[in-house]
Amino acid sequence: MRYEAPVSVKEASALLAKERGASFVLAGGTDLLVRMKGGFIEPDLVVDIKRIKPMGEVKKSASGFEIGAAVPCCKLGENSALKKAWPGVVEAANLIGSKQVQGRCTIVGNLCNASPAADSVPALVAAGAKVVIQGPRKKRTIPVEQVPVAPGRTSLAKGEIITAIQLPKRNPRSADAYLRFIPRSEMDIAVVSAGINLTLDSKGVVTAARVSLGAVAPTVLLVDAAAKAIIGTKLDDKALADLAAACSAACRPIDDKRGTIEFRQKVAGVLARRAAKIAYQRAGGK
Amino acid sequence: MPLDTSYTGQKFKLVGTRPLRPDGIDKVTGRAKYGADAFAPGQLVGRVLRSPHAHAKIKKIDTSKAEKLAGVKAVITSADLPDYTNGDRGMFDILENCMARDKVFYDGHAVAAVAAIDADTARKALKLIKVDYEILPHVTDVDEAIKPKAPILHDDIFTEGVEPKPKKPSNIAKRTEFGHGDVEQGFKEADIVIEKTFKTEQTHQGYIEPHACLANVGPDGQGEMWVTTQGHFVYRNQCAQLLGMDISKLRVTASEIGGGFGGKTHIWAEPLALALSRKANRPVKLVMSREEVFRASGPTSSTSIDVKIGARKDGTITAATATLRYASGPFYGMWAELGAMTSFACYDLKNVKSVGYEVLVNRPKVAAYRAPSAPMAAFAVESVIDEIAKKIGMDPVEFRIKNAAKEGTKSSYGPVYGPIGIGPTLEAAKNHPHMKAPLKKNQGRGMACGFWFNFGGQTCTSININPDGTAVVAVGTIDVGGSRASMSLMAAEELGIPYENVRCVVADTSSLGHNDMSDGSRVTFSSGMATVIAARNAIKVLCQRAAKMWDIPEDAVVWEDGCAKPAGANAGTFPPLTLKEIAAAAANTGGPIAGHNEFVADGAGVSFATHICDVEVDPETGATKILRYTVIQDAGKAIHPSYVEGQYQGGAAQGIGWALNEEYIYGKDGRLQNPGFLDYRIPVCSDLPFIDTVILEIPNPNHPYGVRGVGETSIVPPLAAIANAVSNAVGVRMTHIPMSPPRILKAIEGGPA
Repeated sequence: MRYEAPVSVKEASALLAKERGASFVLAGGTDLLVRMKGGFIEPDLVVDIKRIKPMGEVKKSASGFEIGAAVPCCKLGENSALKKAWPGVVEAANLIGSKQVQGRCTIVGNLCNASPAADSVPALVAAGAKVVIQGPRKKRTIPVEQVPVAPGRTSLAKGEIITAIQLPKRNPRSADAYLRFIPRSEMDIAVVSAGINLTLDSKGVVTAARVSLGAVAPTVLLVDAAAKAIIGTKLDDKALADLAAACSAACRPIDDKRGTIEFRQKVAGVLARRAAKIAYQRAGGK
Repeated sequence: MPLDTSYTGQKFKLVGTRPLRPDGIDKVTGRAKYGADAFAPGQLVGRVLRSPHAHAKIKKIDTSKAEKLAGVKAVITSADLPDYTNGDRGMFDILENCMARDKVFYDGHAVAAVAAIDADTARKALKLIKVDYEILPHVTDVDEAIKPKAPILHDDIFTEGVEPKPKKPSNIAKRTEFGHGDVEQGFKEADIVIEKTFKTEQTHQGYIEPHACLANVGPDGQGEMWVTTQGHFVYRNQCAQLLGMDISKLRVTASEIGGGFGGKTHIWAEPLALALSRKANRPVKLVMSREEVFRASGPTSSTSIDVKIGARKDGTITAATATLRYASGPFYGMWAELGAMTSFACYDLKNVKSVGYEVLVNRPKVAAYRAPSAPMAAFAVESVIDEIAKKIGMDPVEFRIKNAAKEGTKSSYGPVYGPIGIGPTLEAAKNHPHMKAPLKKNQGRGMACGFWFNFGGQTCTSININPDGTAVVAVGTIDVGGSRASMSLMAAEELGIPYENVRCVVADTSSLGHNDMSDGSRVTFSSGMATVIAARNAIKVLCQRAAKMWDIPEDAVVWEDGCAKPAGANAGTFPPLTLKEIAAAAANTGGPIAGHNEFVADGAGVSFATHICDVEVDPETGATKILRYTVIQDAGKAIHPSYVEGQYQGGAAQGIGWALNEEYIYGKDGRLQNPGFLDYRIPVCSDLPFIDTVILEIPNPNHPYGVRGVGETSIVPPLAAIANAVSNAVGVRMTHIPMSPPRILKAIEGGPA
């Protein structure tokens, strides 16, 4: 196995493009190293991206935030501007693994691991986040939800690396929230999860919303019907019930060791309703 | 003269205090050496190839390619482990479990093992071993396994304990029955009869340290093994037998232990490491992965239990029956038998009957898990007890107090009780502030009782007095819960020297006579009793030496406060001689001073506990939070109260995990789906409240200090106490453990629980 730690994105991309064997990007390593130690993968090349300086930075600009691919999740929780603008994204990132894991893991790694149960992904999808991808020849930007295509598989081509996540500029009276269900209180994987991002007008009416669900389909779902159920409402009981029903209906879960189909359908609606209330309150709704 | 070990009401200076444990600093700084921490020059890495099938015939194993791989020093299969068990079915089962012979019986069953120069080579070698399987139909569920058309695991097992002897082989290995009186008549006398069926899923002890050993067998047939175990003498005896070695030729040293809870009372990969070492003529270190630990070592039984209890309106139980089906894995066990014995042990019953069935399934061989089999039986019985109290309109504590066993009660499993603690733990529960604390919406309170036998067993202990007046206690029982501190306290108490002047070590198997394992909550009881007697024997020698130094008769010397003192008419007047002074003069008075004791520690006092638990259930998700938990248990005498409390809390914590989330999940293919701590959910710290403890001390008449074992009883009531609390919170009787969120949500919504 070869280990490379280039200092530029182009170099990293070239290394990955050239490698004929199994190649992997190393950021926090909280998935990669565990899989290597468990003997599940035997890489020929590991490209560590932590020495690429911009990858380790969170930048705020007029158009929003850009989070480098090697930024550990704990750093997001320490960034007060980011936390204020995107509390849902930050709380999702800070639910991954344990405190120790959060010191290493990254949201891009979480995304590229392509688990339908990834915690930060539903929050990023609800937020309308985009990813910046550097390939051997060109750079492109796509919505987060277009990255995972199936459990463990992404749409990235050979040699492509995600360099950053972009979160849009915040309108006034906007907020997000993320909730997941786990049987324990921490250090667990979502059985079902929901992300809500919404904007209110001055009267407290929802004018825009995005609703996402995790662990209820092969990839994270963006549920338009659920968003429609709350747009134009003040999140009254009927709107919340409609939201829950739309979420439950959108689920395409499986029975597995972590939960049953009926449990996931029911609880998806419960979590969406609870997350919506939190986001609504954060956005200044009463 | 028979050994007198009876309780005397001795007043203590040190026993009952809370000094730091001698192994504490090593453990919190990482200096302690566990099973995987040993190293020998030239050591190889051992790895095991395991079956991916739940049930299959092994048609052929081809190891030739693996043997040719550079760096591979030995490959073994069952052919390298000839049968030395001499018709002993129990030992043969252990042999067959350690390495499959003609058939694999579960996903994870070992089929071959390699020793190689490094882990990579060993892993590659495993991939080169070709096993030709003929897959057979399998059964993993305890109820499915006893159906007429279930695949039969062994065609030479016919249900034991039924007359006439069955003609057809069965997955029911044995039937056992306990009880007395006439239950049919008893049910006729009842005003209310409740009958229910319960299920519990299979759980693992979840010890953090995986099984690990370093085995070293030389060409002269002499061997050594460093291993994490709860019983190095038993590991030695069994490994020696399976490898055809003389017991004297195998010396076993126990490492520090990172949890065992019964799972390390059985041998797993140790004989394989020894066989690999013997074949390779090199030391072999074999450390099981977490996945291997789950798939191939030590789970407890999954169960299915029917309980029927009848009572009069005044709260008297008139009859009680239980039928208990316990899965024992692919080999015979006595798990249902223990369940049947313990099920009604808390109560004074006129008519009682419990029947146990040992059921064979394609799952790993069941191992002891802390009060093995009792928690599941208690869950079923205590749930029905709660229901019946509710039906009668009696407080559940009062109902239990009314029916509790007491001194003189003939227990449901046979013996007549001496002084016991069930009544006092119930009275303490009744008066505990926890019982009166207010509850909010979606919250519920439950309580339950539990029983465990406790055990004594073979024990051999030495105390050596050092030239500087300090003492070393050498015990042959593994310290699983702070016993070195307790032994040191007891030795210091007897010798009259400070706690700090006693060092207790776990000696290797060549240094002491046979000791049974650290099981049955026996260590503080039996090794403690042996330590007290050994100390008293050392004191006899100390007094003899003092007599010699003073030149007075031996019987004119007494031992008080750590000193020899002249006493009696012809003793003369001498200033007291301290232990230190006598020890310093030992070279001139007869040589080293020591005390020994070897015996079977009889009279382990039975143990009872009552637990109280408050929960809050989220009615929309079925998630349960444990809000408050209180353990009340009889310790006889708490030698070191902190470690008694630790046992109470530890058992409750494991019970909480078992009650709410822990379970083995098998796919339709008979393979274990969750062999890791991510999806086998033991509680994390933030899942638990501070577990409150109350130590009662009702002396065991058979121990000089009154000690009863405390290690196991604490895991018996939690399943039941939490089930009662959840049932009270949601208003539906929960009958299936674990009460995972999907099961609770389904029960709330009216589905089958």
